[in-house]
Amino acid sequence: MSRTALGVLALSLLFVGSLFVGATPLSPMDVTTPEARALIWDSRLPRAFAVVLTGASLAIAGQIMQLIARNRFVEPMTAGTGQSAMLGLLVVSVCLPAASVGLKMALSAFAALIGSIGFFAITRRLPPEEPLLVPLVGIVYGGVIGSAAVYIGFQLDMLQYIDIWLTGEFSGTMRGRYELLWIAGLAAVLSYLVADQFSILGLGETVSLNLGLNYRQVVLSGLVVISVVTGLTVVTVGAIPFIGLVVPNLVSRLVGDNLRRSLPLTAMAGAGLVLASDIFARLVVHPFEVPVATVIGIIGAAVFLWMLYGRAQHVS
Amino acid sequence: MIEVQNLSHDIHGAPILRDISVTVPKGGVTALVGPNGAGKSTLLSLMARLIPRQQGRITVDELVVGESDDKDLARRLAILPQTVHAASRLTVRDLVGFGRYPYHRGRPTPDDRAMVEDGMRLFDLLPLAERSLDTLSGGQRQRAFVAMTYVQDTDYLLLDEPLNNLDLAASRALMARLRDLADNKDRTVIIVLHDINFATAYADRVLVMKEGRLCADGAPQDVITETLIQSVFETDAPLRTVEGRPVVMV
Repeated sequence: MSRTALGVLALSLLFVGSLFVGATPLSPMDVTTPEARALIWDSRLPRAFAVVLTGASLAIAGQIMQLIARNRFVEPMTAGTGQSAMLGLLVVSVCLPAASVGLKMALSAFAALIGSIGFFAITRRLPPEEPLLVPLVGIVYGGVIGSAAVYIGFQLDMLQYIDIWLTGEFSGTMRGRYELLWIAGLAAVLSYLVADQFSILGLGETVSLNLGLNYRQVVLSGLVVISVVTGLTVVTVGAIPFIGLVVPNLVSRLVGDNLRRSLPLTAMAGAGLVLASDIFARLVVHPFEVPVATVIGIIGAAVFLWMLYGRAQHVS
Repeated sequence: MIEVQNLSHDIHGAPILRDISVTVPKGGVTALVGPNGAGKSTLLSLMARLIPRQQGRITVDELVVGESDDKDLARRLAILPQTVHAASRLTVRDLVGFGRYPYHRGRPTPDDRAMVEDGMRLFDLLPLAERSLDTLSGGQRQRAFVAMTYVQDTDYLLLDEPLNNLDLAASRALMARLRDLADNKDRTVIIVLHDINFATAYADRVLVMKEGRLCADGAPQDVITETLIQSVFETDAPLRTVEGRPVVMV
């Protein structure tokens, strides 16, 4: 219990702190002035919410994906889901340039769902005793889909969009331009209601069937959550790597694999990590900023290597 | 009563089961034995609806496998899968607790919790209750999974080669517990075994399978003979009778 309280406290501090970091100087003393209120209301608060929603929902999406795949080394961005969302978004932008953001998001999430189903259809056939094959195949699979998107983008002179979608960052987040992310947050909350079913999925198809679970239906609902979260993230802020990989692994080491217990912590840790990285991204070359995806890429890669190394030690 | 009628099954065009008809009445321990590839696991998996039925019919009391609701079947029949190679970080208490899932669907009542504690006590898991599955030995993990199927509180308990990876002490302890469930808790146990000697020692009835067919069925002392070992397993292991029970000399 105290761990949860500590997490909430740390997250709140980061959240409030992030409101006072940015190109325009703002000190907590000035919050009563109209300019400061406008700044917080239109830019800083929406950004903080966007960061929290993105971090929490990506971490949960990663955790669900790992349970479905029964593999700790997969996440939406390395399993073709992110690339499929991007490809879907590109196709919509080309074919229906006047489409609303909501429609773009829906079609992007749908493409992400098709991409994830394809990923699981391929990796189902891999031998379970070779767990590292799954992420490797995912990276190749995602690479193929991503290069299809790059090819189309190159032909139609739209490469700069792909660059934006691939590199998640929050500098453009403003009131009126991030609210769709609340849907991702909602999807993550809904997954808590069926946490037991996802935990049982992690024990495999046989155990799931034995316990009377509708295996296919639960897998599909998990994939829908993953795809909605991924699609929304790519559309609104761009892809952010490693959150879905690193956070669930760290949380699992701390509190185990019972989703009912770990999901709140996963959400908080995901939100906290992205929030801290986003604050760092705003400070490191102040008054300019670097994309948060770059910062997280560096942190995430280091943690991932540590995870691989730690696992090797554990096995031997 | 589990009734199997005219069950045939192919995998990729290869015949695995050929026209099997068998009835397992309520109560007792029934062992499925036979050489590798005889179709024992397939038969058990079909009974437990783990693989879709192709031909024939299986009923568990009044429930029809493949037609009745999965939720109803999950309260009537439980199966322990062959290998559980999940390096899961669930605690033993969580895992055993999932055995109650078919009843509470995610909202355990105090009764459910009491049954979980009872199951852990019966399988000597209380000292391990908060341990994570990936820190247990193979035998302890197996015991936790059996306890999960026990608290599922089904009339029928199916186990697919549960003695794989267990040492002698753990194997004997598990078989004794299953025997106890059949004798004192009115459970019907159907178990796939590789070691004939375990079947003759603990089962009331053996079903001998070879090449997808049922070739012998009855009490171990009546069925297990030197001739049967030769014809079914194609090896000339001698048989001795020790304390009224056939023992294969390996």
